[in-house]
Amino acid sequence: MTENDKASSPPTVADRGAAAAIAVDHLVKVYKQTRAVDDISFSLPRGSITGLLGGNGAGKTTTIAMIMGLVLPTSGRVQVLGHRMPEESAAVLGRMNFESPYVDMPMRLTVRQNLTVFGKLYAVSNLSDRIARLADDLDLTDFIDRANGKLSAGQKTRVALAKALINQPELLLLDEPTASLDPDTADWVRAHLERYRRQHDATILLASHNMLEVERLCDRVIIMKRGRIEDDDTPDSIMARYNRTTLEEVFLDVARGRVNGAKEAAK
Amino acid sequence: MSELSLHRGISLHRIGAMILRYWYLLLSSWPRLLELLYWPALQVITWGFLQLYIAENANFFARAGGTLIGAVILWDILFRGQLGFSISFLEEMWARNIGNLMMSPLRPIEFLLSLMVMSLIRLAIGIIPMTLLALVMFHFNVYALGLPLIAFFCNLIFTSWSVGIFVSGLVLRNGLGAESIVWTLMFAILPLACVYYPVSVLPVWLQYVAWALPPTYVFEGMRALLIENTFRTDLMLGALAMNAGLLVASFWAFLALLRSAKKHGSLLSSGE
Repeated sequence: MTENDKASSPPTVADRGAAAAIAVDHLVKVYKQTRAVDDISFSLPRGSITGLLGGNGAGKTTTIAMIMGLVLPTSGRVQVLGHRMPEESAAVLGRMNFESPYVDMPMRLTVRQNLTVFGKLYAVSNLSDRIARLADDLDLTDFIDRANGKLSAGQKTRVALAKALINQPELLLLDEPTASLDPDTADWVRAHLERYRRQHDATILLASHNMLEVERLCDRVIIMKRGRIEDDDTPDSIMARYNRTTLEEVFLDVARGRVNGAKEAAK
Repeated sequence: MSELSLHRGISLHRIGAMILRYWYLLLSSWPRLLELLYWPALQVITWGFLQLYIAENANFFARAGGTLIGAVILWDILFRGQLGFSISFLEEMWARNIGNLMMSPLRPIEFLLSLMVMSLIRLAIGIIPMTLLALVMFHFNVYALGLPLIAFFCNLIFTSWSVGIFVSGLVLRNGLGAESIVWTLMFAILPLACVYYPVSVLPVWLQYVAWALPPTYVFEGMRALLIENTFRTDLMLGALAMNAGLLVASFWAFLALLRSAKKHGSLLSSGE
């Protein structure tokens, strides 16, 4: 094959994976009889914010867990920042981070102690300055020396976000980042995520049930149902395709099996 | 980002970070510190008085002064060494922090090394006061055993780490429903390792099982030293060889159980 042939040939999965922040290719996860994730493929460009939408059991958390390397796929492959997961996880885990309702920070440690431990795990240089900066940005200063277990839900979420940002990750995976937060705190967290993406050209993948959150933050939406990708486009295009004015209405159409009807009506 | 690394990517920074995490936890909780002291002290007092009583009434025990109290101290090194390892691991499960750690650059071997260091720290907090109590109350100076004590200690701590690594893998794979194994598995070894009596007491077929356990060699070695004033190098080398095999096997089992946990999604649901 000549150089010209190479230039004109379509990109392979590996090529796309190298260029993308996340490349998922024919990913399948089967738990006993259940196909939690059923042959999904997508690729997220660097610097994008993508929302993973779907009802309970749609496969969002399993998909994110496979991207993180916490769950092994039954088949298919995942590439993160150009490296295969989980085989090459050592090359990328320091460049990514995550927040999830399935994990907590140690409760007895103070916020400062927790951030110190995680900062050292991620080999963050000038750690004291980094913690001071995060405390300032995320408004943690008033309770930075208080035990994590004595914080309110909103404060804990901000601390978890600080942990997720401690290493200034190129890739941020968020599972329900504003679940159980009051509207004011949730809005505040969203604003911070938008700012972080802008300032660091970071890639964010977030799983959420909050349609307003996805509409506001995401430039792309992947809708999952029963482990499969039901739709994948920009929020505006998806709403237009379903002839709906909000993603919540689209979500209900998908969840209640009104997909074809809604699409027909739009035509 | 600066990184102090050993060969094959093992990072002292990350091991240090985990030790710091457990150190913060210990300092934040006086009940945790008290528990480290409480049980060893209770053990040595109970068995120390029993030793005194038996020594007054049995000529053999008067000659073999310290075998019971020595055995209880060495047993506590074995048992508390494993608990020190496993409880630090369980703290991550109780705190639902395993996912954070597994998603961080921390490698399994670094995690296990930090747990080993913590088992030594927790052991020191509990055992040093215990040995001082034995010295003051019962005039038994375990440090007078000299260099053999180091051989006994190393062999016991290696076994305790092997058991700790294996049961941590089981909990990782099966969730906190398997927690009771952490507290009970070592007691299965207690009668077979012949902590308080010689191997010759066991039926012949059970003696084969006993000699398959490294701690048996240590307790036999201790009795040889205290009763016959003989240090059995052969016993210590035998135990060391078996411990090396056990450590490799337990690490392999931990990795296999971790892989199985990832396959079954157990890391996301670390409850019961």
